[in-house]
Amino acid sequence: MCTLEKRGRVLILTLTGSGEHRLGPGLISSLRSALATARSDPTVAALVTAGEGRFFSNGLDLAWAKNSSEGISTLVRLVKPLIADLISLPMPTVAAVTGHAAAAGMMLAVAHDYVYMRGDRGVLYMSELDIGLPFPDYFMDLMQAKITDPRTLRDVTLRAKKITGTEAKERGIVDKVCQSASETVAEAIKMAEELAGRNWDKGVYASIRLSVYPKLCKSLEIPQESDEAVRKHFASRL
Amino acid sequence: MCTLEKRGNIYLLTLTGSGEHRFNPSLLSSLRAALSSLLCSSHAPNSALITCAEGKFFSNGFDQSWVRSAPPSQHRIISDLLRGLISDYLSLPMPTVCAVTGHAAAAGCALVLAHDYVVMREDRGFFYMSELDVGLKFVKYFEVFFNEKIPDNQTRRDVLLRSARVTAREAMARGIVDRAAQGIEGTIEEALRLAEEVAATVSDGSKLAEKRKLMFSETWRHVSAAGGSKL
Repeated sequence: MCTLEKRGRVLILTLTGSGEHRLGPGLISSLRSALATARSDPTVAALVTAGEGRFFSNGLDLAWAKNSSEGISTLVRLVKPLIADLISLPMPTVAAVTGHAAAAGMMLAVAHDYVYMRGDRGVLYMSELDIGLPFPDYFMDLMQAKITDPRTLRDVTLRAKKITGTEAKERGIVDKVCQSASETVAEAIKMAEELAGRNWDKGVYASIRLSVYPKLCKSLEIPQESDEAVRKHFASRL
Repeated sequence: MCTLEKRGNIYLLTLTGSGEHRFNPSLLSSLRAALSSLLCSSHAPNSALITCAEGKFFSNGFDQSWVRSAPPSQHRIISDLLRGLISDYLSLPMPTVCAVTGHAAAAGCALVLAHDYVVMREDRGFFYMSELDVGLKFVKYFEVFFNEKIPDNQTRRDVLLRSARVTAREAMARGIVDRAAQGIEGTIEEALRLAEEVAATVSDGSKLAEKRKLMFSETWRHVSAAGGSKL
């Protein structure tokens, strides 16, 4: 479902296989396990997430939901801590969007600190409006946190616009557009290495990320430190 | 530490001396004292305030050497004083222009953003939120303030979560700075021009202050809890 590869201080998480990398209980669990590995390895200083094949991720595994008694709401419930894992990961994260990223798959992508995307094919697409599904609250919180241009947010959520890498860069969703999937991954790794090279304190990085997205972190039930704890940390570092 | 002078209807608050203008209780209290004279007394309509600095630095943030020499129970004094200073700027009954005449780092950046308008020197100097590089976390009011003042995701991420050293040109492109100018004097002159322009449009400063606090209501809620403009 996914593999982990270490390159220096960068951990590369790849959604494997030529399929749609739909988020069902199996893949969600594998991804969370991979992120736990990243979190616990002191030699890992940055994460890159990429996909094989035509898709980065096409969203929730709706086929699984249809055949299961628990349904979509279970998947919505299971993806939430996965997103929380990314938002709380104590290191810089770079998404290498190597193919289509739709619905929950687009959420997975934008939950990263930096989003690199191929410009030759593939789209970002919040399909929910088109297929008659609601947005979970935390999806909207994530989009409001990461897509701060009002017209872009409107086009993404209320128009279900399919946005290419190039357009996504122009509109502030994507940081860098590349010419192919492999170039996207290579550039994402390069960026991750650069960020890892800044040698930031992991706890501080995680804390500042929460400070940058406080509403999102509340939505994902990620606890933020009190001012008292922050002051204690400051005193301990003098 | 700082001087307050008047040029016509424009007040000029200068962080004096060639040093880094780091925030310790003395400098922060001096700044608050200078601003309190503008908060309390009545003054002519169509005024404005410019804050600028002498030397290479606008402000390089908190005075770490003061902190190291102070007992831990006192550390929060400078954080609380900065919070009070921000509440003073939010309450000021006239438009405010920051003339970023030199490097602004960490808490120094907070002083820059506390103004309504920013003119920054473009031939040298950076706007640099160094906290991540130095290993410092944010207390709540600081976090709220930066989120309200820098709403764009990529800009805020680069400034806070990448500790980017931002030049005046980049800062302008990204909406943090309004104008850029050459040299210290050029920056102050441009700030004076901008101050005159905006001062001409604001005859009732107290109404401006009300609107500003409403515009940044979350910040106001967090900084005014400290007691507003008490010294």
